[in-house]
Amino acid sequence: MSEPPIRTPLRDRAQQALGDRFLHEALDIATTKFIGLRREAFGEFPEGERLRDDARAIKEATLQRLDEHLDRLIDNVERRGGHVHFATTGDEARDIILDIARRTGARMAVKSKSMATEEIHLNDALAAAGVTPVETDLGEYIIQLAHERPSHIIAPAIHKTKGQVAELFARELQREVAADPEVLTRIARAELREKFLQADLGITGANFAVADTGTVVLVTNEGNGRMVTSLPRVHVAVMGIEKVVPSMTDLMVFLSVLAKSATGQKLSVYTTLVQGPRRAPELEGPEEFHLVLLDNGRIAQIGGPLREALACLRCGACLNVCPVYRQIGGHAYGYTYPGPIGILLTAMLNGPRAVKELSHASSLCGACADACPVRIDIPRMLIDLRKQVHDAKIAPWPERVVFKALAWLLRHPGLYRLGGPLGRLLQWPFVRGGRIRTLPLFFGQWTQTRDLPPVAARTFQERWAALEREGR
Amino acid sequence: MTASPHVALMITCLADMFYPEVGERIVRLLRRLGVTVTLPPGQTCCGLPLFNSGYHADAAAVARRTVVAFADAETVVVPSGSCAWMVRHEYAGLLEGGPDAAAARRLAGRTYEFSQYLVRVLGRTEFETDAGGRVTYHDSCHLLRGLHEAESPRTLLRNLAGVELVDLPGSDECCGFGGSFSVRLPEVSTAILDRKLANVEASGASCVVACDAGCLMQMKGGLGRRGSAVRAVHLAELLDRERGAAR
Repeated sequence: MSEPPIRTPLRDRAQQALGDRFLHEALDIATTKFIGLRREAFGEFPEGERLRDDARAIKEATLQRLDEHLDRLIDNVERRGGHVHFATTGDEARDIILDIARRTGARMAVKSKSMATEEIHLNDALAAAGVTPVETDLGEYIIQLAHERPSHIIAPAIHKTKGQVAELFARELQREVAADPEVLTRIARAELREKFLQADLGITGANFAVADTGTVVLVTNEGNGRMVTSLPRVHVAVMGIEKVVPSMTDLMVFLSVLAKSATGQKLSVYTTLVQGPRRAPELEGPEEFHLVLLDNGRIAQIGGPLREALACLRCGACLNVCPVYRQIGGHAYGYTYPGPIGILLTAMLNGPRAVKELSHASSLCGACADACPVRIDIPRMLIDLRKQVHDAKIAPWPERVVFKALAWLLRHPGLYRLGGPLGRLLQWPFVRGGRIRTLPLFFGQWTQTRDLPPVAARTFQERWAALEREGR
Repeated sequence: MTASPHVALMITCLADMFYPEVGERIVRLLRRLGVTVTLPPGQTCCGLPLFNSGYHADAAAVARRTVVAFADAETVVVPSGSCAWMVRHEYAGLLEGGPDAAAARRLAGRTYEFSQYLVRVLGRTEFETDAGGRVTYHDSCHLLRGLHEAESPRTLLRNLAGVELVDLPGSDECCGFGGSFSVRLPEVSTAILDRKLANVEASGASCVVACDAGCLMQMKGGLGRRGSAVRAVHLAELLDRERGAAR
């Protein structure tokens, strides 16, 4: 299922985000903290660099024989009494889950944080089918209260300040609430306890699934994941097919880099391993366990230009270090997955047309590739997406004219050298005190906020003859 | 070193048009170090703007011109990390399978960003300057993460008599230039720049040094607009002569 195209231009969305003082404050505090914690975690961990290479190599090897690993995973989940479903599209995935809900007579679903369920827009579908979805991760709980969507892959409410969360809670609960994270958490916890006990359905994502053992792995920090997977009668886990890892040994490699990259923790507080439904003589766990394997454009990329993005662990490190994300936050991107990796995933889910503008929401600074635990070369893939956009001739025509003219000029040195005199002639009315402060037309995009240097009175190439004489 | 080294200067479009004095200083400094400098005719731009925006056939055509222009060069020196990165990392791929593929690979192996050439090729690290005071260094993205070079410029600055190098908070963060990014999303580009300049001002330096004409254009543009007393300069503008050499 593709997400609908966004009508507001990216530049306007970005500008709106830039004007939001609270967003700026919240993002600045959180991303700066994440960057520092990640740096510290890897600083104390000399094997980290090698493990990042190992993690990437495992992902690559797994992708090469993905069908075999998935078959093994399916066999092992079923052997343990679980049910496995395969969904080609987001629509199919939702139908499968709604079907389970209907069949089990579910009225309320508690959810642990999952981007895969965001990707298939599950909450709206559940609500429409009469099943109340309740997000139980604190960040997700906050944005569900606010009727928003996650703005970060691992910190969904990163865009909100604690003051804003307190206001939100006060409005929803109709009482005074202090802007103190501890107080806010206690309130959410009390509210959620009830829900865990009432819910019929527990819905989670999956950080990994181990093919050898049929184990679904959840990496969380709040303990809500355990409640979701053990209290309700039915547990449904939704995961992209690329999340399968061959063995428990492989899993250890990923666990050793994931939390460090995401939050700077050595390990997250909870690493939950789920193996099928409750079996005698176990005392807890769901009666039914379902694993929904989601394709939604992924399989096509195994041999496609976005293949590398299938190695993504969804740690969010590339968002934290991205200078663009740090300024505009996740919502301005407009789709489920924000940030540098989000642009690639958006293209994967919705096709290159969806990222016509978004592929340019990067200065190509490379900080994302540097931070990525599996070293996905995001800038390179953004450039490739831009190429796809160009090749498909869907870039705006004025842009194509400008670049074609530039290319032509740069191929003709004689004409290029005319740029000096021509530039000096054209800039003449605008140069004041050795700089240009305003320019008309397109050039105003620069001069609106920055001075532009004038073309030099004599360019370097024009000075060369004299410099050459000087050297003799 | 036996024979005197020969360098072909790739001046780059931005330095050619906007910062010719940087090129002049590089030429004079290299000559004083006994290097013979030439400027191969027919050079325009490395093609990075075309490449980054996805116009790869056009970028390849420009790259082919550059490869031909520099075919005879023993060593190529570039005043910008991003252009040096383009030649070193992207030319071979762009021209793969064509008649210039081998020449592109050869050129890639002989191309150096200015500070790298001084420190890593010539092994010259001790210079003097007529300027003075506190300076700080901005890592341009392509030089740092593309060419993995953080040390050469800092070594030169640290050894520079009369100058104190101070840390720049977030020195490895982008300045917001990003080529066409700076005009496609000018408000975001400027917001990133503002963060950079706030850090520059907080560093207490009177001068921020970079090794990339793109970053310099961006930072100078922002500093000028806010009427800041801080200057942004190319590294070459601070290297006047080798330590102990006559004025």
